[in-house]
Amino acid sequence: MIGLIGKKLGMTQVFDDTGRLIPVTVVQVAPNLVVGKKTTEKDGYDAIVVGVYEKKKTRVSKPYAGQFGEGLAPTRVLREFRDFEKDVQVGEKLDVALLERVRYVDVVANSKGRGFQGVVKRWNFGGGRATHGSKFHREAGSTGQSTYPHKTFKNNKMPGHMGNERVTVQNLKVVRVDVEKGVVLVRGALPGARNCDLLVRKAVKKS
Amino acid sequence: MKGDGMNLVQSIQAEQMKSELPAFQVGDTVRVSFKIVEGKTERVQAYEGLVIAVKNAGIGKTFTVRKNSYGVGVERVFPLNSPRVEKVEVLRRGKVRRSKLYYIRIKVGKKSKVKELIVSGKKDESVTETAAPADKA
Repeated sequence: MIGLIGKKLGMTQVFDDTGRLIPVTVVQVAPNLVVGKKTTEKDGYDAIVVGVYEKKKTRVSKPYAGQFGEGLAPTRVLREFRDFEKDVQVGEKLDVALLERVRYVDVVANSKGRGFQGVVKRWNFGGGRATHGSKFHREAGSTGQSTYPHKTFKNNKMPGHMGNERVTVQNLKVVRVDVEKGVVLVRGALPGARNCDLLVRKAVKKS
Repeated sequence: MKGDGMNLVQSIQAEQMKSELPAFQVGDTVRVSFKIVEGKTERVQAYEGLVIAVKNAGIGKTFTVRKNSYGVGVERVFPLNSPRVEKVEVLRRGKVRRSKLYYIRIKVGKKSKVKELIVSGKKDESVTETAAPADKA
C-alpha cells in the first residue's frame, strides 16, 4: 500500500474543472526518507520504514539513532508502510509525485483531544428535559439492572476521555497534487489539529 | 515553521483568485456572462439584474443578482472568482446607502427601483455604452 507522511496545514477551497468550489484540506509532504525495509524472511512481514523531519544528532539517543543506517540523518517521525507497492531503495526520498495517479486516499491521524467529556458530547446521548420539573438533564441514565444481570456490562457508554486517538478517514478524494509546492489537496476535513502529522495512504476500498 | 504552512495555504488560495476583479458595487445593474457546459459544448449565458449583495471575502466571495422574470423575482448567487463567470458588465450605476439591498424583495413599483448614481462632471467610463439599461426592476 503506497503512502506518505504529511502535515496538515489547514483548509481552504478550490475551483474544480466545472467551476464548483470544493472544500479541501492542504497536506504538506516533506521529502520522505526511506530508512529501512522489513522482509518476510527476517521480520515476518513486508514493509518499508519511512522518516521525515531531520533531527539534530545531539538530540537523538543512541538506540534511536541506531535505527538509521550509514549516512542517514535521524528523523523526528518514523512510520512503516506495509506491502509498499513501489520498489524503493533505502536512502531514497519520496515526494508527492507518488500520489499523482492516486484518486482516493485514506488518512490516518491523531484526533484533537477533547478532555473528559460527558455522554451527551461523547456518545451523542439525548439528555433529558431542561425544565418542567425534570431532574434528569445530561446524565447517562441506568447502567444495569439489579437482580439480573446484577452488573454493568462491559463497553457501556459512559463519560470519559474523548479525542486524541488514532482516527482513519477512508475514501477521501485527491483533488490536486502539486509537486512543486510539495502539497496534496484532499477533499473535505481531516482529523487532527493544524500542523499535526498524518499518514496519507492509497485508499483500501476505492480506487 | 508555523506561519510557513498558512502561507502555503494562502498561496493556493491566491492562485485561484482572479487577478482582475470586475469593478461593480451593490446597487449596480449588471450583465453577468456565465459559462454553461452542456455535454461537450460550452456556451455563454447572459444574466441581467440588480446586484443586491456582495458576501464573504477571498476565494469564496459571491454576489447576488436579482431580476424580475415574467413577474417572478429571480435571484442568482455567483462566485466572483469562479472561472465560469466570464465577465461582469456594469449597465447602470446605482445610488444606494446600504450594503445589502434585501429590502427590495418586498417593495413594489417605484420603491423597488434604485436611483441612478450620477457622477457629476465626467462620464462614467466603467459603464458599458452599447447596452441600454435594463428597464425592468
